[in-house]
Amino acid sequence: MTPAQDTPAIELIGIDKRFGPVHANKDVNLTINQGSIHGIIGENGAGKSTLMSILFGFYHADKGEIRVKGQPLRIKSSSDAIAHGIGMVHQHFMLVDTFTVLENVVLGAEGGALIGPALAKAREALAHLAQEYDMDVDPDAIIGELPVGLQQRVEILKALFKGAETLILDEPTGVLTPDEADHLFRILGQLRDQGKTVILITHKLREIMAITDRVTVMRRGEVVANFETKKTSVEELAEAMVGRRVLLHVDKGPAKPREVVLDVRNVTWKDKKGIARVDNVSFTVRAGEIVGIAGVSGNGQSELLDVISGITRPTSGEIIFEGKSIGELADPRHLREEGLAHVPEDRQHRGLITSFDASESAILGWHYDESLGHGFRLDRGKVVNRTRKEMEEFDVRPANPLLKSGKFSGGNQQKIILAREIARDPDLLIVGQPTRGVDIGAIEFIHKRLIHLRDQGKAILLVSVELDEIRSLSDRIIVMFAGKVMGERDATANERELGLLMAGVNKEAA
Amino acid sequence: MSARGELPGWADVALIPALNLIVALLVSGVVVLIIGENPLEAMWIMLKGAVGSIKGWGYLLYYATNFIFTGLAVAVAFHAGLFNIGGEGQAYFAGLGATVVGLSFEFLPWPLLIPLAILASALFGAFWGFVPGYLQAKRGSHIVITTIMFNFIASSLMVYIINYWLRPVGKMAVESRAIGSFDFQTFDLTGAYIPSFRELTLAIFGYRLPSTPLNPSFFLALAVAWGVWYFLWRTKLGYEVRAVGANTDAAIYAGIRPQKIIMVAMAISGGLAGLLAVNEVMGAQHRLVLEYVQGAGFVGIAVALMGRSHPVGIVLAALLFGLLYQGGTELSFAKPEINRDMIVVIQGLVILFMGALEQTFRPWLSALLFKAED
Repeated sequence: MTPAQDTPAIELIGIDKRFGPVHANKDVNLTINQGSIHGIIGENGAGKSTLMSILFGFYHADKGEIRVKGQPLRIKSSSDAIAHGIGMVHQHFMLVDTFTVLENVVLGAEGGALIGPALAKAREALAHLAQEYDMDVDPDAIIGELPVGLQQRVEILKALFKGAETLILDEPTGVLTPDEADHLFRILGQLRDQGKTVILITHKLREIMAITDRVTVMRRGEVVANFETKKTSVEELAEAMVGRRVLLHVDKGPAKPREVVLDVRNVTWKDKKGIARVDNVSFTVRAGEIVGIAGVSGNGQSELLDVISGITRPTSGEIIFEGKSIGELADPRHLREEGLAHVPEDRQHRGLITSFDASESAILGWHYDESLGHGFRLDRGKVVNRTRKEMEEFDVRPANPLLKSGKFSGGNQQKIILAREIARDPDLLIVGQPTRGVDIGAIEFIHKRLIHLRDQGKAILLVSVELDEIRSLSDRIIVMFAGKVMGERDATANERELGLLMAGVNKEAA
Repeated sequence: MSARGELPGWADVALIPALNLIVALLVSGVVVLIIGENPLEAMWIMLKGAVGSIKGWGYLLYYATNFIFTGLAVAVAFHAGLFNIGGEGQAYFAGLGATVVGLSFEFLPWPLLIPLAILASALFGAFWGFVPGYLQAKRGSHIVITTIMFNFIASSLMVYIINYWLRPVGKMAVESRAIGSFDFQTFDLTGAYIPSFRELTLAIFGYRLPSTPLNPSFFLALAVAWGVWYFLWRTKLGYEVRAVGANTDAAIYAGIRPQKIIMVAMAISGGLAGLLAVNEVMGAQHRLVLEYVQGAGFVGIAVALMGRSHPVGIVLAALLFGLLYQGGTELSFAKPEINRDMIVVIQGLVILFMGALEQTFRPWLSALLFKAED
């Protein structure tokens, strides 16, 4: 670690922020040393993102002071923040897909009516930055055609180009492959060595341990602990995060698989360009077992889920669910009625409707059910009561069915969805990324729930890009690569073997 | 987490519209000042003309009735994520329904004929909304473009139909014959004629109200506003409409078919706009007159925006626009310099600030409010 310099890069003093009844930040004090990588961890809803949004000028703190290099500042907007050398890389990139890398980098710093001179200057600066930090990007590539890892690099370059001394990264590895994440960490290390300050918001303990110098733990809007990374451990951090010891390992007994519930036979799905995104996939899922589909994000898992849940139709092949062809049912609603429940990968855009209140999201897909009102009516009282019960059972916080769905943290949103999907006692549960962006406490809860369902004799198909999750939950593991099934292993398969399959290397076939 | 610029509910519902309205009026005042009139006096004439007499109120509520129908029409489409600009054409075409049914079944007693003609208005309007909905759902033709085109089609088609089919032989005015009559002395009601409140009070109580076209359609408008609220927030179909509008992907995931919802929502939207014919054709003019909608369909867009697509807000916004219409008419009588076109400018400014610029003061107000809470 670089020795702490005299004045800290950023000081947050007594930051306090409320959103109506939600106290997002309670009297937060935080000091970030210059030339260091500072991690901020906490469960979803712990207030990390709010705090950084205040620093970057998206929100205004109700109380408190921000000091940059010792100077008290009022940051009214993100342009103020940028002017004071603070850059932010958002979880969802702020890039124009149809622009080139160069055009994106100068975005917001065009400096005049004519774009030419700015572009020429930026090209030079970009080449310089790329060399300095080993971040090679073709300045003339179109953003939309670049892989996610490179897009993120462009975001970092953009911040540096605008003179960022302090770089905030919000959950940067959520969208990256392990390889890309490693590269990102190398870049962050170089940035630190050049004297830049990096703030890393994450809930992945491993990342914190791997690259940070210091780490701040937040819980329920408060800073609960500060550690020097070298002097702490994963267990200690996890405990500080959730306030008690958590099981990172899932306890489960052996599976007792019974009859085949889902039989996927030679399913292929081609996109508009005619590329097979799901390529001749076959497998079965039995009652009483969890089948995990592992693979790096974007290798056909999402498309496979869409096909099985009836959202899209396969180009060829057949899916048999409890003896019936899905081709005949072919409609999410009928499939749901037949006992197929689906926790979608994309919570925010599919699983619920963020502008609806929680009780309305909690009936999505079952809203037409007679138990919620006779005939055409939707009985508000019944809807709210049902949701309240589900919220209590699943420990959703806050247990307020009238709060807008978008105001719940990721973990609580996921609990609402899971509660909804298993409430009707389905025979098959398809789960996509059950714990993406979910805090540790909720992960444990969701994992236990899935095992419990398995032990009740449900068939579960689990798709996750978290290999640990697949390994700890699944009874059988299917690895997908480039739309194809690379191989099937049992739960005892070692990480290295699975990793090779995920990378498209099949030793048996070779 | 809340976005920057988020406001407490009361500010969103009351303060922002009030603020926008005040700014619109201030700018209008400047315009009035430029043409050499006293803005305060103009404002006073407008207010007095609209709410200073029973007659003023009568006209205000009569205009508001139209705006409630067209505002609700725009709102229902909004909730499904659609921008229905075709309220004008849908209402116009609906007039044909009211007239054709009213004239064809003239022999029926009014308790049967009036509901039938109301239904026909809604159905004709619904049809004119459904077709663009169908084109959007099945062909991907953008609803904004098609509904605008359908306004023009309705306009031309109606000229033809009124002129060649409905206009009585020898009549100069381009309009149909009267769809019925009411004799307040004998209470003799024929055809799909909805008597005005003036006629009704005269017939029942023998009391003579000032002459205004206000008629029981106003209560129909209020009932329909309640119905729209019930539909959107208390029925399964309404839930599906809002789900499609809020998040189409989630709706598909839930097994809702957006194409179906788009067609249904557009038909409902068109039907609501069509009810304007009840107020105008059956209740006020008692015949189908060329270009009878007179822009009420477009005002509905502003009303829905200002009313935040909620029936309560729409009723309030419709009352405000009713006031502007009636007050503006009075003003143009009282001040010849402020002619009809000036009134349109003032109304335009209100629409501009309430609709297009409605977010202008939001960040500023948000900052102010959150600071005040310290």
